[in-house]
Amino acid sequence: MPAIPDSHGHYGEFGGRYVAETLMPALFELEAAYKSARRDPQFRADLEKYSREYVGRPTPLFFCANLTARLGGAKIYLKREDLCHTGAHKANNALGQSLLAVRMKKDRIIAETGAGQHGVATATFAALFRRRCEVFMGSLDVERQALNVFRMKLLGASVHPVDSGTRSLKDSMSEALRDWTASVRDTYYLIGSAAGPHPYPQIVRDFQSVIGREARKQIIRQEGRLPNVLVACVNGGSNAIGLMYPFIRDRAVRMIFVEAGGLGLSGPSHAATLTSGVPGVLHGNRTLLLQDELGQIRDTHSIAPGLDYPGVGPELAYLKDIGRAEYAAVTDEEALDAFKLLSETEGIIPALESSHAVAHVVRIAPELARDQVIIVNLSGRGDKDMSTVARALGVTLREGA
Amino acid sequence: MPKFPRRIAAKFRELGARAEAALIPFIVAGDPDLETTRALVLELENRGADLIELGVPFSDPMADGSANQRAIARGLKSGASIPEILRLVSELRKATAIPIILYGYYNPYLHYGCDQLARDAASAGVDGILAVDLPPEEGAVLRKATRANGIDLIHLLAPTTPLERSREIAGRASGFLYYVSVTGVTGARRDLPDDLAEHVRAIRQVSDLPIGVGFGISTPEQAARVASFADAVVVGSAISMLAEERGRSGMIEAIGSLAGGMKTAMRSARDVNGAPPR
Repeated sequence: MPAIPDSHGHYGEFGGRYVAETLMPALFELEAAYKSARRDPQFRADLEKYSREYVGRPTPLFFCANLTARLGGAKIYLKREDLCHTGAHKANNALGQSLLAVRMKKDRIIAETGAGQHGVATATFAALFRRRCEVFMGSLDVERQALNVFRMKLLGASVHPVDSGTRSLKDSMSEALRDWTASVRDTYYLIGSAAGPHPYPQIVRDFQSVIGREARKQIIRQEGRLPNVLVACVNGGSNAIGLMYPFIRDRAVRMIFVEAGGLGLSGPSHAATLTSGVPGVLHGNRTLLLQDELGQIRDTHSIAPGLDYPGVGPELAYLKDIGRAEYAAVTDEEALDAFKLLSETEGIIPALESSHAVAHVVRIAPELARDQVIIVNLSGRGDKDMSTVARALGVTLREGA
Repeated sequence: MPKFPRRIAAKFRELGARAEAALIPFIVAGDPDLETTRALVLELENRGADLIELGVPFSDPMADGSANQRAIARGLKSGASIPEILRLVSELRKATAIPIILYGYYNPYLHYGCDQLARDAASAGVDGILAVDLPPEEGAVLRKATRANGIDLIHLLAPTTPLERSREIAGRASGFLYYVSVTGVTGARRDLPDDLAEHVRAIRQVSDLPIGVGFGISTPEQAARVASFADAVVVGSAISMLAEERGRSGMIEAIGSLAGGMKTAMRSARDVNGAPPR
């Protein structure tokens, strides 16, 4: 297998660096800084220390006895990234890249965010490492994730609502790139998805791979063998690649990416890029994109704001391309059903994003033999989604009254 | 007869002989409709524009500030797609030989197909193509296609570009080099950087191509200052703002008048100072 990515950040035909010239030198600088950090024992020791003492790693691998019995098929394990400090796997990458920002002596950190989980994680480490932090967030997401906006502000970050385009994750990333183009000399752009220009997809994958490295050891300890199936929700793909990358050479382990089917794949209201995207260039990399026949990026929809992006990380597009990974789409409704099911059966309230992965497990587990093992990445907890879910279920929440 | 017209190089030679700097207005195709764009190109030429950058709308213009973002959105709304824009250029070629450069983002080009685009653009009468988010490292396919069809692939240099990299980029470029005057996205600036002239002079050490300067230039005074050390001045966001303020009925006169004022100021700056030393 050739080195992935190659020295220009290509994953097969995907990846690369497609940015305005102003940012190219910054990407080279970041690449060099990252290479030297990875070799530095002090950097690795810091990463390990904060990972353990602050993020709370390792996270448990939990066997869902109730859900397994209910579905009557394969054994279901959850990798509990929802138990990370800040409530999602996003902390793993925000920690690693914040340490990199400190090492590069960048005083200001900017980030894009959709669901707000990456924004919260970035604001958290900016507070810890005393950096100024500004987060760009689509104004639609500012409305539907008000709780996370409040958290970011409490953590000392400024939140800039973005009113352009579809007012969601895509536009927050465009706006963060615009800010970085002007502020590149003193600002670190902390991308949260396994997307963007090289070296970001690789950096994010590497910092998130702690999920899969732990899960691999844990399942061997708990089951005495490797799993049969790995399942994770995918948009940019950071939690999926984080869980699955350490299993990539274990050919017998199936990898399933679950994306947002929104209101259904027959209409335009979804974000199922692997299922119906075509190759194109957006936000610094070549990947599969939802676009029209003229190469204009299409509007997307998902009930989960963290899955509402018209692209996918280049490595995930590549893994689909070479047939290593399977992919599926789950509708808003199926995700909501899974959200309720996991809450009721296991006492764990998942994020709407992670609920998509759980929903796919609900489909496949009964079809698999009882000795088969599935690991699902429970990438985040659902507290942030209470008002969205309440609205979808027709419940009115009253505060303070 | 040469195989390709090479109108950009010819224009810079012609201006060089007169010790003039080029004025390059950037206008978004289809803002607010293609008929207005056609009339605007002709008016700009009358008012002293030397080359035209025709903005190809894209849904996610990451290197553009708010004025151009809104202009691009208006262009998208009116349906200014690549086929329509090429039709407009063919139409314009009946009336003018002014060099025309397509200025846009890579994805619409890629989707149209780089070879197809270069062929169709050449036959429509396009002279140059610029893709803001396509650095030379990723540009092999478009470079090959444009070369084969006699179209100049215009490259950007930025204040953050080290000189050695400028040299490499210049080595692959043709037509002219586009120096981005500010560290940032497009948009009018009250002040241009103090070391702008110094940067342009440094680039002259590594390339013989004409150097155009753009991003942030919005007034005749700024245009005159830049013309005293650069070979071309690009004005964009100031035009997008006028298009927005004046609308279909008033924009042609207002934008023509801005361009006329800029070109006059640029000429007098050169009369006083002469052409910059090469």
